Amino acid sequence: MSEMEPKAPPEPEGASAPQEAHDDRAVEREMARKTRRSFLVGGIAALAGTGAWAWLDSRRPDDGVQWPLRLGLRANEQFWRDYFSRTRLAQTFGPNDVESPRQNGNIGLEDDPDPQWKLIVDGITGAEEPLSLSMADIQALPKIEMITELKCIEGWSRILKWGGVRFQDFVAKYAASQTDPNSYVGLETPERDYYVGLDMASVLHPQTLLCYEMNGEPLASEHGAPLRLVTPLKYGIKNLKRIGRIAFSNARPPDYWAERGYDYYAGF
Amino acid sequence: MKRLESKHPRAIRWFHWINFPLLAIMIWSGLWIYWANDVYRVGLGSFTFVHFFPDWFYKAFHLGFRLAEGMAWHFAFAWLFAMNGAAYVTYTVVSGEWRYLVPNRHSLREAIQVTLYDLHLTKTQPPRRKFNGAQQFAYTGITLMGAGSLVTGLAIWKSVQFGWLTWLLGGYTAARVEHFLLVLGFVGFFVVHIAQVIRAGWNNFRSMVTGYEIVSDEAGQ
Repeated sequence: MSEMEPKAPPEPEGASAPQEAHDDRAVEREMARKTRRSFLVGGIAALAGTGAWAWLDSRRPDDGVQWPLRLGLRANEQFWRDYFSRTRLAQTFGPNDVESPRQNGNIGLEDDPDPQWKLIVDGITGAEEPLSLSMADIQALPKIEMITELKCIEGWSRILKWGGVRFQDFVAKYAASQTDPNSYVGLETPERDYYVGLDMASVLHPQTLLCYEMNGEPLASEHGAPLRLVTPLKYGIKNLKRIGRIAFSNARPPDYWAERGYDYYAGF
Repeated sequence: MKRLESKHPRAIRWFHWINFPLLAIMIWSGLWIYWANDVYRVGLGSFTFVHFFPDWFYKAFHLGFRLAEGMAWHFAFAWLFAMNGAAYVTYTVVSGEWRYLVPNRHSLREAIQVTLYDLHLTKTQPPRRKFNGAQQFAYTGITLMGAGSLVTGLAIWKSVQFGWLTWLLGGYTAARVEHFLLVLGFVGFFVVHIAQVIRAGWNNFRSMVTGYEIVSDEAGQ
């Protein structure tokens, strides 16, 4: 703020009264000079800061958020994807901690699940046709039970018990060629009303499940019957209910909430 | 006899004034986030004394329906807030300024004395130095609170990659409560700080801008 000034020479001892008054005025003048200078610098800095804020706030939106902030979200994503480790697990809980579920989103769940439901698996390298799997094909994989906390991006969370299969087991059995950690997986509801994109590292994490049970019961319609994604590594928005189609891809699949201003990664 | 006395180093003045808008942005964007699940209250059973926050509060400041935007601001400016805070702490350590700021074994007694004086319960004037005991507790405390916000925030934001931290803080929901309580602490600090700055007067306030204070030495000294 103020420029450093050389210190005034020490006052002589026992200065006379008029001399003292004169010196006091000199000190006041010096202070006034410093004050003008500092407040000028401070004022310019405050204006620059306000200008930067106004500029940032008025930027054109990129997927629902000012583009510099979108860049910020992407930079954070790169940072945390580098830091990510498959060996770090989400906290698991005991049976007594299990809570009752809270239903929030129902995009793509307006109707009852189709009894003829099949899971379409697309984008597998080398495959000519998409796979069409039945529930029996899914349940042929080892069943995993897991009690984890589902965290909604709104701020609430619920500890729930899940039953299903590991996504990594599913990939190993039905899409064994899809293991590039830099690729992506897109998930969609049957009519593609809701869709999410996930990075492969999160998909292959041992706590990322394709679930058909919640709290020991078959998945209810509003919680995503017949099959949903559950991953405690991501906010609830990524835990897509009622999967109709799974598509492997090297490009980022579209993501419903990322198009509406949210972080694409949304990972813990 | 008047003279100029150097009080606040330039670096500390910059850190202080940069921190002010950064913390304001963190709290403001935090309110946009908190709005989406505004469950905290002070109450007994089903009776609520204070709800954080009443509807008029969100309406008056247009805080509602901005969760996505709030998160985008929060996670961009958190880095700047952290860097400014880290630079401040590093500077105080390297320059030795921490000696004025960190409470010592006399600070507690002095802090009580200062508080009683400020509340007009005693006439014993607090010692005139750069920072008295109460200020040492306040300024060291607010720095620790800033660090606490970063730590609890990280535990919420990256509750799997820093799962041990989330666990240490008592879990995800506990970390969120702690993060929120710290905000109430910042607001409380702000109110007292502003009141004290107004009470202390222009010469003191000016020293946080210019770095200098006018000091009147008593005659004969």
